[in-house]
Amino acid sequence: MLPWRVSRWAMQLSLQVACPPGALVAGKSGAGARSPSMLVPWPPSLRGSSSLPTGAPEVALTAERYPVQRLPFSEVTEEDLAAFEHMLPGRVITDPEVLAAVNVDWLRSVRGCSRVLLRPRTTEEVSRILRHCHQRNLAVSPQGGNTGMVGGSVPVFDEIILSTALMNRILSFHDVSGTLVCQAGCVLEQLGRHVEERGFIMPLDLGAKGSCHIGGNVATNAGGLRFLRYGSLRGTVLGLEVVLADGSVLSGLSSLRKDNTGYDLKQLFIGSEGTLGVVTAVSIACVPRPQAVNVAFLGLMPGHAGCPGFQEVLQTFRFCKAQLGEILSAFEFLDAECMQLVGRHLGLSCPVRGSPFYVLVETAGSSVAHDSEKLTAFLEQALSSGLLTDGTVATEQRRVQALWALRERITEALSRDGYVYKYDLSLPLEQLYHLVPDLRARLGPRARHVVGYGHLGDGNLHLNVTAEAYSAELCAALEPYVYEWTAARRGSVSAEHGLGFRKKDVIGYSKPPAALELMRQLKGLLDPKGILNPYKTLPTRA
Amino acid sequence: MAELRALVAVKRVIDFAVKIRVKPDKTGVVTDGVKHSMNPFCEIAVEEAVRLKEKKLVKEVVAVSCGPTQCQETIRTALAMGADRGIHVEVPAAEADRLGPLQVARVLAKLAEKEKVDLVLLGKQAIDDDCNQTGQMTAGLLDWPQGTFASQLTVEGDKLKVEREIDGGLETLRLKLPAVVTTDLRLNEPRYATLPNIMKAKKKKIEVIKAGDLGVDLTSKISVVSVEDPPQRTAGVKVETTEDLVAKLKEIGRI
Repeated sequence: MLPWRVSRWAMQLSLQVACPPGALVAGKSGAGARSPSMLVPWPPSLRGSSSLPTGAPEVALTAERYPVQRLPFSEVTEEDLAAFEHMLPGRVITDPEVLAAVNVDWLRSVRGCSRVLLRPRTTEEVSRILRHCHQRNLAVSPQGGNTGMVGGSVPVFDEIILSTALMNRILSFHDVSGTLVCQAGCVLEQLGRHVEERGFIMPLDLGAKGSCHIGGNVATNAGGLRFLRYGSLRGTVLGLEVVLADGSVLSGLSSLRKDNTGYDLKQLFIGSEGTLGVVTAVSIACVPRPQAVNVAFLGLMPGHAGCPGFQEVLQTFRFCKAQLGEILSAFEFLDAECMQLVGRHLGLSCPVRGSPFYVLVETAGSSVAHDSEKLTAFLEQALSSGLLTDGTVATEQRRVQALWALRERITEALSRDGYVYKYDLSLPLEQLYHLVPDLRARLGPRARHVVGYGHLGDGNLHLNVTAEAYSAELCAALEPYVYEWTAARRGSVSAEHGLGFRKKDVIGYSKPPAALELMRQLKGLLDPKGILNPYKTLPTRA
Repeated sequence: MAELRALVAVKRVIDFAVKIRVKPDKTGVVTDGVKHSMNPFCEIAVEEAVRLKEKKLVKEVVAVSCGPTQCQETIRTALAMGADRGIHVEVPAAEADRLGPLQVARVLAKLAEKEKVDLVLLGKQAIDDDCNQTGQMTAGLLDWPQGTFASQLTVEGDKLKVEREIDGGLETLRLKLPAVVTTDLRLNEPRYATLPNIMKAKKKKIEVIKAGDLGVDLTSKISVVSVEDPPQRTAGVKVETTEDLVAKLKEIGRI
């Protein structure tokens, strides 16, 4: 799985190798290259690679673009490499071509200069690696599918990359309880297929499912498209096996639904973004596969006051909850510009008449007749109250996937539109969209597109701004404005993407100083040398 | 001024996105609890018929399907796309397994005459059996001209111009109506049924009849002996040099 993916990225980057800190990097920063191939499915999947764009701009080294100082960790020596080779024969990679790929994140916004990639297969190997790094004071950057949105999955400097790519075994699946136990490097989509064959589905689903690892999902407390129905990983993860900074293994891989014996330590590691420990195995509660899945894609009437059309979205949501009740499994929205972008960059046609907002409603239940009846009642109500311009319903898998693609592939379409500034915010529902027209007015022609879409049911807006290329001036117009706007409404400046590297300094907009202090203390307790994923998640102490 | 009437045949098949599993007793594939939908080529046929109606070249579009009760869902989809009414030729589930192209063609031929249609539209083949025979047999039984693998369809008075996709490229035929046309992939992109039409479709009529009412005999002279998975592909062997390649080929007796 890894080799082809590496080669695709390697083709798109010029082969910049081990860069000593302070070296100058030629070329413009930012991910502006518009890939010529329109047919690359999201996420980069096993089917073919896009053709090489000539002269793809390099990604600037994080060390160059951002004001970061390398902390006094040791540097990797020949002895270290020999020690690793002894622990993981044949799986210590120093090939510059391979390293070039794993040093850059999916968004092509940050780039480290690690020279070593380690691919352990077992928890024992991870433990040995960390014990060595702890003794030698070597920094480590754990990496799963490298699909994170905040630059948390690649090194900032020369941290050793610890990849879970080869830790992809499913350990057990219990088909009455639906409990799945697997290693952290299992790809989410493959886990999904495995449990689907046995009548279950994974309790989370995201656009990156073809590449992301379950360990990474846990480490980032990924939300996704099924959050509305099945809740957070904090509820569905039953147990974790974690290797701590000093190499000791914390084995909490339970399959119990209820266990109130002592403090729930796994909650510390869920969402800790690889800074408190490395997740090596996960026990998760899967849910029965629904017999009846319906997707309705609706175009909403333009409204009058405030945000034209958004009130209609909220009203539709209210009807949905009332009429569909427990069978509602997803409620996503997107604006007209998102639809234009997926049309232009991915060739996806809009199935309904042009509208200012579109809503995707998914129902999932155990009875076809029961769900159809409820869905029909909801649609009739929405139609007759004049909320909808148009809509379509699908039950066939092919059509369902096609409708979901309109929502799931927006990220891909945006990345082809130019450089993308991404914001992932939790806001009060009534004001969820207001920031978008506000920014459009504020940025004017400096931005190509300002779009809003997201998990309306969870109060989560994905706000994206595209421009020709990265510009410090545009960035300054956006930040801290977006964060202050959010903080003023007591929202979250990172609803589900986490803090990683790119948002490590904004925690203050959503958490009070006392909370941050306690977090630092916990970090100091679990990783006193600070070798796990340094420079990320928490702000550097001044 | 066309008063043409069109009969569109639609088949309910296992959804294209579903992973097919063979029954352990090898008598067929697992269909219980498996997602079904309209055959993609039949969707294209319905779409073409509805477009002809929108261009006022066809007056009425009748959708027909042969099989058990669930076929009515497929007919409803056709109605939601714009067909005017439906006919369900009811065949009990056990017998439906043995329905082949010849049996369906007999039904369609009888219906075409009974309903006095000018055009019978079908998908070129079904994605479950890949037979690609029903349209051709129907035309044969009716002794009507046929335009198969249609990638373009134009009505010219009492004639039909059909552009066909063939191995060598494209062939254009002119057929005298009434005629049978089977649709290929590039003919059109089927529409999504929109809500108002889905609601309207619930009120459209679906007539339920039996094959016997049409005087059609559904007995088949074909019986399925067994259904099996294709053999597992064994892994290939990589070699480093041409010498190795030659040696390996000799080893397995290929040269």
